[in-house]
Amino acid sequence: MSSPSNLKRRYRADKRFKLYGIAAIAFSLCFLTFFFVDIIGKAIPAFEQAYIQVPVTYNEALKSNYNKAIPKAYRRLVSKAFLRTLPQKLEAHPELLGTTQPEWALANHRVDQFLKQHEGHGLKKKYRSKVEQLYQEDKIEFRFNANFFSRGDSKMAENAGVLAAVMGSVLVLLITILVAVPIGVMTAIYLEEFAPDNKFTQAIEVNINNLAAIPSILYGLLGLAIFINVMGVPRSSALAGGLTLALMTLPVIIISTRAALRSVPQSIRDAAYGLGASNLQVVMHHVLPLAFPGILTGSIIGLAQAMGETAPLLIVGMMAYIPEAPSSILNAATVLPAQVYTWSSESMRAFEERTAAGILVLLVVLLSLNALAVYLRKRFEVRW
Amino acid sequence: MKKQIILASALASISFFAGATAQAAENIQIVGSSTVYPFSSYTAEALGATGKFKTPVVESTGSGGGMKLFCAGAGMDTPDFTNASRRMKAKEFTKCQKNGVKDITEMVVGYDGIAIAQSKKSPSISLSRKDLMLAVAAEVPSKDGSHLVKNNYHFWNEINPKLPHRAIRVYGPPTSSGTRDAFEDMILKHLTKHMDVYTKLYKADKKKNKAYKKYHKVRQDGVYIPSGENDNLIVQKLARDKAALGIFGYSYLEENSDSIAPAIIDGVIPTPATIAGHTYPLSRSLYFYIKKSHIGKVKGMMEYANLFMSDQMIGEDGECTEIGLISLPKEELAHYRANLKSLKNLTAGDFKKK
Repeated sequence: MSSPSNLKRRYRADKRFKLYGIAAIAFSLCFLTFFFVDIIGKAIPAFEQAYIQVPVTYNEALKSNYNKAIPKAYRRLVSKAFLRTLPQKLEAHPELLGTTQPEWALANHRVDQFLKQHEGHGLKKKYRSKVEQLYQEDKIEFRFNANFFSRGDSKMAENAGVLAAVMGSVLVLLITILVAVPIGVMTAIYLEEFAPDNKFTQAIEVNINNLAAIPSILYGLLGLAIFINVMGVPRSSALAGGLTLALMTLPVIIISTRAALRSVPQSIRDAAYGLGASNLQVVMHHVLPLAFPGILTGSIIGLAQAMGETAPLLIVGMMAYIPEAPSSILNAATVLPAQVYTWSSESMRAFEERTAAGILVLLVVLLSLNALAVYLRKRFEVRW
Repeated sequence: MKKQIILASALASISFFAGATAQAAENIQIVGSSTVYPFSSYTAEALGATGKFKTPVVESTGSGGGMKLFCAGAGMDTPDFTNASRRMKAKEFTKCQKNGVKDITEMVVGYDGIAIAQSKKSPSISLSRKDLMLAVAAEVPSKDGSHLVKNNYHFWNEINPKLPHRAIRVYGPPTSSGTRDAFEDMILKHLTKHMDVYTKLYKADKKKNKAYKKYHKVRQDGVYIPSGENDNLIVQKLARDKAALGIFGYSYLEENSDSIAPAIIDGVIPTPATIAGHTYPLSRSLYFYIKKSHIGKVKGMMEYANLFMSDQMIGEDGECTEIGLISLPKEELAHYRANLKSLKNLTAGDFKKK
């Protein structure tokens, strides 16, 4: 059948196919590297922030106009976020009244961008020499940008941080877990182990599979209609977002749980039945523990997807300016991807690096969630 | 395992319950225009920084979307303020009245100019409003001006021989945007409502040709490129595409003056002075509306409104002017402050003028 030339041709085809595969991988790796290099390169400057040493005078005028606390030459160089805290500080420490002392203040984002030599820093020419002089005198220094992790959103780029968004994400995700995982797992167990196989259950199955594939924004509209308009959940709250995302994650969890249950060999069930176990005992004592790693991975991946979602949250009002970390599930909250989006549309250049840093934080969280899924699968994996 | 599942579902049902009974609004809720959003959220932050009130939640929904939410009812779950980059429409006012939002106070905080800009590296261009209209309208007058034809202009010098031979390509906001509304009002409707070639079609058949009364359809053959609400994206595209023009809010022009430059419109360059003085043709007022029935029920509403109208925020050297707002002339500011003090109601009569 196979003459030598034929064999050669088949080998060639083999080699070609391998090459295509390698090319495809190389191509996607290129994209990935480009993406990471770009994001990380842009994000790194955001973790450093300029501080200026300014003479602060605590006087009566400061109480009504905080700008009066520092000499005029400094007013455009220092962040308003710093100045705004002064009246409160004076109130708390009345003994400061009438004193002048040098203090390290958060620098304005334009100064920060200028010193980082970013194009489009927007620092006016007349301030540049002053800033350079201060820098020479060591009155400006760069410190680790702790504000980025300890503050919420701000209109002043130098003061903006991810804390409120991270807290919001955590709350939203908690609600999603509490709602979606039990309902999803129960549904899957019932459908897989208890439900009779008839037209009705088949219809449900088809519908669940379809639901997993519909665009996420539709869940946002559903959430708006049911949770906000009918049930009266406050708009923009973590509860509204969490419930909406739970709806979205449900089908994913149901499908992956069913797959995990199905992969448990029938012989295990048969053996348990043979020993006289009831249906519930078979599931609870044997099938569920064996399927557990699969259920866990599926759930974590579904939740990771929910964590990165923005479209449905836009509809329920979570894409907003919300600088305070939510203290309850009924408070207004925003989430990390929404925060990244709002920063990306800010007109100030300093927000560009914050956007990249926000993306980096989001990526780190998502990668760790996925790593956790892999680890748990390896840890609890059972081989037959 | 079983106990855990039961526990988890119990918790879930509790959270459902908590949601169903929750009504109280704690934060001030503000919705509306993406153009007013930067100033509104800046003021919100300043209010929060005093430590006496929670920071208001500001959502950027577009002017129309904001009106819809604001006028949905007087319940405490509806917004307390809405921002707009255009005036409330008579239709929206009637809807508000019908839904029980009876008492509304109108404020103007300042101006915003629409900038037509291009890459800084391109030679400067000077356009009239008519040039722009002819470049982006879906249907334009034929050569002899007797009837309308599909817009087939692809180079600026085809519209006006004095203009350079340069491809027409305009990046602008999509239909959902307040900037787009304003652009259509100030460029398209402003001209077409006085042009016989459009209006005679309307007069011939008022029902069928209603669109020609104030014609504002933008061409969809790829010359006008709707570019999303993200104005930064338009700025980036302009830096790369030297022939193109972009349409966006004036604050973006100011922030990005290192890479883009304004086109001259009707002989005027947009600057804070020309916009506030109304000599620059593409400027508009920025509004916000107060739901009076919520005052007293939601903490800090008056403080927010007073702060927003204060010199510290929107005065000549106010903090909002640093981020791109163009402040009102003194008399107008005083007029609106007086209105705020007396919480003057908006009435149906206010929409009849003009």
